[in-house]
Amino acid sequence: MAEKTIYDLSRPGRTGVSLPACDVPEQPVDQLLPDWALRRRQPELPELAEIDVIRHFVQLSTLNYHVDKGLYPLGSCTMKHNPKINEAVARWPGFGLLHPHAPEQAVQGALGLMHQLAGDLEQISGMTRVSLQPAAGAQGELAGMLMVRAYHQQQGNPRGKVIIPDNAHGTNPASLAIAGFEPVVLKSGEDGLLDLERLGKLVDEDVAAMMVTNPSTLGMFEKDLPKAARMLHEAGALLYMDGANLNALLGRARPGDLGVDVMHFNLHKTFSTPHGGGGPGAGPVGVGEKLEPFLPAPTVERGEDGSYFLDYKRPDAIGRLHGFLGNFGVLVRAWLYIRMHGAEGLKRVSELAVLNANYIRHRLSGVYELPYDGDCLHECVFSGDRQKALGVRTLDIAKRLLDYGFHAPTIYFPLIVHEALMIEPTETESLQALDEFCEAMIAIAAEAEQDPQKVTSAPLTTPVGRMNEGKAARELNVCCRVALAGD
Amino acid sequence: MKIPSDLRYTKEHEWVSVEDGVVTVGITDYAQGELGDIVFVELPEVGDEVEELDSFGTIEAVKTVSELFSPATGTVEEVNEALEDKPELINDDPYGDGWMIKIKLGEMNEDELLSAKDYKDMIV
Repeated sequence: MAEKTIYDLSRPGRTGVSLPACDVPEQPVDQLLPDWALRRRQPELPELAEIDVIRHFVQLSTLNYHVDKGLYPLGSCTMKHNPKINEAVARWPGFGLLHPHAPEQAVQGALGLMHQLAGDLEQISGMTRVSLQPAAGAQGELAGMLMVRAYHQQQGNPRGKVIIPDNAHGTNPASLAIAGFEPVVLKSGEDGLLDLERLGKLVDEDVAAMMVTNPSTLGMFEKDLPKAARMLHEAGALLYMDGANLNALLGRARPGDLGVDVMHFNLHKTFSTPHGGGGPGAGPVGVGEKLEPFLPAPTVERGEDGSYFLDYKRPDAIGRLHGFLGNFGVLVRAWLYIRMHGAEGLKRVSELAVLNANYIRHRLSGVYELPYDGDCLHECVFSGDRQKALGVRTLDIAKRLLDYGFHAPTIYFPLIVHEALMIEPTETESLQALDEFCEAMIAIAAEAEQDPQKVTSAPLTTPVGRMNEGKAARELNVCCRVALAGD
Repeated sequence: MKIPSDLRYTKEHEWVSVEDGVVTVGITDYAQGELGDIVFVELPEVGDEVEELDSFGTIEAVKTVSELFSPATGTVEEVNEALEDKPELINDDPYGDGWMIKIKLGEMNEDELLSAKDYKDMIV
């Protein structure tokens, strides 16, 4: 690899800081610490001048791809623009410098913001109560499934199984397994949607819940969700909705009205807070009346005098999910996003997200196969089968997109689409940006016919070419040279 | 793509060979090609019971994780331990060094298995 690590750049004795002279008498360290706590040799820390450190990290940052640099069409990830005002406000000293142990009366504004945000999410989703504690979507799922477990235990029959459609997000079966349930797969119908007949055969007294993503990972609205909810409820089971794709529903459909008992929100998707490595995330969990007693403690409540307080007296709560009250800085950003858009603005967000996805679906429909070809909501899923017949796989198409200056879409997911390319443009892309992306996809399809080797050897213009992903996974080596005490 | 005519196949893309009451199981050339670079296989232990049509393990490739399905009910007699360090053997030689488990046959519904020709028809 061409880039040197910061250790490669290190030279003994070089430094970027000058410490002031010590103004207290110096004590030998071996008189201050017991022998077992003393290092035998110095840690191998890199030694560089300030300018070298800055250049190194600025150089690395220019190699990175991010949503501030270009379109990032990862399906089901909703990589929308993160408004800069979010960052400015989250850094206000009143938010950014709060101490987590500050007494309630000193942080009324922060508690008020949390109370309002939970209320906004309740209104958007139609759920009865929302907890802001979970630190990410998957933790929200786990919180939801732990509440499902607690509910059934209280009903006197713990129940062991949870139904999962075959197009579910991969985190769903993982979350329910960690919560102690057994996944049961529900095969989708011919149209890619919930198959109620098959569902009817799976629902029994041992089914605790079904976990559904709506809109589904095919970008389609589960029109039979209310019927599915009734079937589950009649058998005493509950309905969980994975809210990762909520960006398509704002102001249009409310999970609570569709019969959903518990769901999570991904604030870093729908509500524009930073993602992944740029996180941290937040995955609030919302519940209907049945699960309300089990919500994690504490909740933020408003007293009769209008002041806010934390309520720890929740005897049936599943417990804590996070130190303190969740990732507060993320909550500030989501609150601001919701408040700046207002109800009408959020509805427009969803309308444009759906319009943009359908625009891409139409423009690329003659070029790539569309195994499920109805109107989509916020994302569309193509198959690379036509290109595969020419010797070009979806992985190659994804790599070639990097040469055209775009991030690749989600590939090989959902699993029910062969050679899947799952594209979610989000509402924040302009018509010009969508056109540029579509033109790149069309150009790659032409290359697959005329010059397939160019596509199969991509990427050709990135700092590093095609990686050996198999070797990277098989021979994982993320060793860092840090000397430990006693070394 | 190789589909040896002396083997039989499951609809879940395993190959099956039966000899002296012992069933050897692996995944097909087509399956390894679809999965791509295989990075990990989780197999049962010798002595474990496996059930026909039930999952006996998982296979992890760069792009996805899939379950492995047993064509027979019986006891695991031998496991290909080489796969623990070299799962890529499944990519390199799916019908040979990439075999997965040998099952001491209890029961097997042979009607569920496909001939090489039927398997080819299914995947094309």
